[in-house]
Amino acid sequence: MKRRSLMLGLVTLALPLGALAQPYDTSRVVAIGGATTEIVYALGAADKLVARDSTSTFPARAQTLPDIGYMRALAAEGVLSVQPTLILTEPGAGPPETISVLQAASVPMVVVPAPFSGEGILAKITAIGDALGMPDKAQMLSDQVRAGLDDVATQVANDDTAPKRVLFVLSTQGGRIMASGTNTAADGIIAMAGGINAIDQFEGYRQLTAEAIAVAAPDVVLMMDREGDHASTAEALFAMPEMATTPAAQTGALVKMDGLLLLGFGPRTPQAAQALHDVLQGQS
Amino acid sequence: MMASDTTTDQPFVRGPFVDRRSTARRAHLWLGLLLVLVSLASLAVGASGTSLWGALLKLAQGEALTLTERVVLWDIRAPRLVMGICVGSALAVSGAVMQGLFRNPLADPGILGVTTGASLGAISIIVLGATLPAVVHATLGAGLLPVAAFLGAWGSMLLLYRVSTRAGRTSVATMLLAGIALSALFAAFSGVLIFLADDMQLRELTFWSLGSLAGASWVKLSIAAPVIVVAVALACTLGHGLNGLALGEAAAHHMGIPVERTKTVAILAVSAATGTAVAISGGIGFIGIVVPHLLRLATGPDHRGLLVNAGLLGASLLLAADMIARVVVSPAELPIGILTALLGAPVFLWILLRKRGLVDM
Repeated sequence: MKRRSLMLGLVTLALPLGALAQPYDTSRVVAIGGATTEIVYALGAADKLVARDSTSTFPARAQTLPDIGYMRALAAEGVLSVQPTLILTEPGAGPPETISVLQAASVPMVVVPAPFSGEGILAKITAIGDALGMPDKAQMLSDQVRAGLDDVATQVANDDTAPKRVLFVLSTQGGRIMASGTNTAADGIIAMAGGINAIDQFEGYRQLTAEAIAVAAPDVVLMMDREGDHASTAEALFAMPEMATTPAAQTGALVKMDGLLLLGFGPRTPQAAQALHDVLQGQS
Repeated sequence: MMASDTTTDQPFVRGPFVDRRSTARRAHLWLGLLLVLVSLASLAVGASGTSLWGALLKLAQGEALTLTERVVLWDIRAPRLVMGICVGSALAVSGAVMQGLFRNPLADPGILGVTTGASLGAISIIVLGATLPAVVHATLGAGLLPVAAFLGAWGSMLLLYRVSTRAGRTSVATMLLAGIALSALFAAFSGVLIFLADDMQLRELTFWSLGSLAGASWVKLSIAAPVIVVAVALACTLGHGLNGLALGEAAAHHMGIPVERTKTVAILAVSAATGTAVAISGGIGFIGIVVPHLLRLATGPDHRGLLVNAGLLGASLLLAADMIARVVVSPAELPIGILTALLGAPVFLWILLRKRGLVDM
């Protein structure tokens, strides 16, 4: 995608800049993206934040900040109204018109990388630490996260049971299973926790046919612990005909985890991976 | 509605409209004034504290504006104002023309399939844009989506025109039905693309379909505004022709109205105006239906005054809705389509209930 490559271009431009001593005025920072906001809080820089986007829901304190809207549908004047001196964002902030107005208004914007991997999280932390002029704290946080990730990775390497086939279900809206393929946060966290994504035929999230689910034969179903469209009980889920024949249905293996924790790819990801790993092991 | 007691000695067609002309003329003035007021308010109101009056005062005293003032007033609010006027008047005038042309009070610009055509163009770019060669992206940049939506609108219009024109005669009835069929077809194509879309693209689609003036920029307007201005102006000249068509094509023909020309101009102007409006602002509903109906209730059915009034009121209403959209959840912003539907649908229902029994269109 063009916008993505543009953003990556900006990232590579921003990274060397970040190596200089605090190139930005960080008195009024806007954080866009759940993981970005989490990292700012984890670095102890919450006092610099003046606003956040609607995906930034953790920690709960963040929700007391003004909400500038969904990261892909930002309003230029709304963003300017909080008088930001720096915007930290993950790729995908938009629309392009808003971004160009913000550029015209000389609001510096740092786009932090966001691949779904452990290295990706460490890069995010470094980029944000540099932008905020606190590379030492970022180094500490990054070491801590790396230690956590390594710990889980060691446990995964030492697992003596066969890896579980995990089906991540985003929603069961309208009786159809919307599941995660490859190249998603769900796919990333399943791998970190030592599982195997039961669906690898496509990228992103898709609705699955009944037969695809039967073929995928998941041992465990993973879902976000949410209300509304994404809510589903184990009984309701496994009563769906396409689910009934799967190994997961026979053992009733449904795991629910907090969505932002599970898919955020922020500083709490080691905990998420650890928790998922423990549950997968417990499901033997 | 068509009070004719005082005008029975007037010629058959003009009669019912004569005593209404002065009302519609007076309405021009009031609606013009309303638009000026709403426009000023639209420049003055926004999420940031930037004050229009403060900035004007500074300019008057020869002082320079701060960067934020300049960006907010000149790069955000001013293009939004122009876009609101363009889109609001385009939708309202197109609605009035369509209702006149099809002699159907429920007709709106969407009935030609132009809107679904534009949506298909936009959805194609959101979902498949990444597969286009880099040179296309480099040339068009952020203008890619509006251009695609515009092509979708025009493509659907040309297709419709071909389908419903035989030997130089356009059948309005065929066009109405073909418009419905093409709409369904385009919606199906869009459905295929929606199925292929990933999570992020779906959200982008949702926001696009709700409509917004937030994407206003001078670059976009420099392409879109001339098209809309010409199309709306053309549409506004159709009053006499549409009045004649209200009596049926044969009667209109005998009155000396160039029936085919009127139909062709109406369809071209509406497609250009709506297609462009949808292309730059996404799906904004109900302006095209509600505004002409409100005006008919207030000033009567004579299209000559009605079309201009629809333009003025449509622009004012959309600007007012936009002001609400940008301050009510500030610093975030509501998609404007939500507001026009939220305000438009109850008004429309009320009109329907009131008009039962006196559908004089």
